[in-house]
Amino acid sequence: MKKLVYKHPPAIRWFHWINVPILFVMIWSGTLIYWAYDPYKIQIGDTVLIQFFPDSFYQFFRLRRRLAEGMAWHFVFMWLFMLNGLLYVLYTLIFGEWRYLVPNRHSFREAWQVTLHDLGLRKTAPPQVKYNGAQRIAYSAVILMGFGSLLTGLAIYKPTQFAGLTGLLGGYETARLEHFILTVGYVLFFFVHIAQVIRAGWNNFRGMVAGFEVQEDRSVVSPQPADPQP
Amino acid sequence: MTPEENTGERLPERKTHREELTTDQQIRRRTLKAFAWFGLAALVPAGIWKWITTRPRAGGIPAPFRKALQANEAVAGSYFSPTHLAPTFPKERAARKVRVNGWDGLKTALDPEAWRLQVEQPGKPALQLTLDDLKTLPKQEIIFQFKCIEGWSQIQHWGGVRFADFVEKYDLGRRPGSGERFGYVGMKTPDGGYYVGIDMPSALHPQTLLAYEMNGEPLTVPHGAPLRLIIPVKYGVKNLKRIGHIWFSDDRPRDFWAERGYDYHVGL
Repeated sequence: MKKLVYKHPPAIRWFHWINVPILFVMIWSGTLIYWAYDPYKIQIGDTVLIQFFPDSFYQFFRLRRRLAEGMAWHFVFMWLFMLNGLLYVLYTLIFGEWRYLVPNRHSFREAWQVTLHDLGLRKTAPPQVKYNGAQRIAYSAVILMGFGSLLTGLAIYKPTQFAGLTGLLGGYETARLEHFILTVGYVLFFFVHIAQVIRAGWNNFRGMVAGFEVQEDRSVVSPQPADPQP
Repeated sequence: MTPEENTGERLPERKTHREELTTDQQIRRRTLKAFAWFGLAALVPAGIWKWITTRPRAGGIPAPFRKALQANEAVAGSYFSPTHLAPTFPKERAARKVRVNGWDGLKTALDPEAWRLQVEQPGKPALQLTLDDLKTLPKQEIIFQFKCIEGWSQIQHWGGVRFADFVEKYDLGRRPGSGERFGYVGMKTPDGGYYVGIDMPSALHPQTLLAYEMNGEPLTVPHGAPLRLIIPVKYGVKNLKRIGHIWFSDDRPRDFWAERGYDYHVGL
């Protein structure tokens, strides 16, 4: 028999979905800013593997010559990004949700098992409460990345007023690179996250929107006669 | 059976009604309801986007952004301090080839002999100063990381006089009656092709220089000869080259890049 199981509290769902457009605006406007000075690339020897970014990329997404606009969006929405993130962290601390989210001593082994399972190398996934080990690590890491973006962002936004912070992060140029790498991290997170949500299916996705999941209720005696035990 | 007939327990009507739904019906209803709200809520960011991008523009960006940037400026003012210094570097680290990034205000020829620094302020006769006049003030050198609003930076070596010493010597920047400081300093090139406005606390910051030397040599034309502003608490856009006029006011002086969509303050 089916039953509805309460999964995500409304606050968690709100924080999650509000973050979606805010983070989108931050990444988009950040790219408008980055275009004005875009030296980053990944290369081995003289071979450039990835160029951040080829001109076609800027052209396709219409990101060129919009530095002023990008800065305006970025320096307004940074407040919303910070506020939403801080409220989320406070909420998880006050209402105990952190217990499901912070990795514990089993999480790393579990994350490995989950990874093997997801790659089709292991038959069973480890049992999980709300989040499995891989999720705990990923969701906690992305919050730390958020803090990292705030700190590296502040270090490049006010490098004289917060010269100590900028110095601690390796200097102005390094802090800018760190800020960029964190953003690449969000984009990678996003793609893996979407893939996992698609894999996990409708019931899981609905949980993040409606708050409940449908589970088989084993506590109720099944109306059908039970199969004979072998 | 109505709730009244149910003698055992008295449940509120709504709950009783819900109990009559099968689990499948409940799932269906709650899912539909949640996604209807979700769809409606998704219209909010779309609406905000539409609202922002259709506002009248102020200085090249939507007016609400201009307001928000001014609020950011107020926040920045709360932690700005003249004791917060831009980090300095040893001379060896200064770039030999100093980057040139703009020609606005430098597009006409300049006769260095005829050049005078024009200083205007209300209630006083204008000053016309030569470079030698300025050189009577103590010379200051700074090797710091110059930061362009585009994102690049370069360690550069400049020499000149402190702006704070300059206003002190010529008794500038105070209102005639009260003797209080004006809020802003305005500067522009002799041809008026480039102009900046700077808040007084940033102008009086101890690292703000009226510079006449780069790497120990007199300024070259591309770098703003004969005199330019070096202001480490601002992005490069405020470091006006070839200063022609300086004036003081409580209204914000016009600013070249603030009229083209950029933040007015651009404080670092």
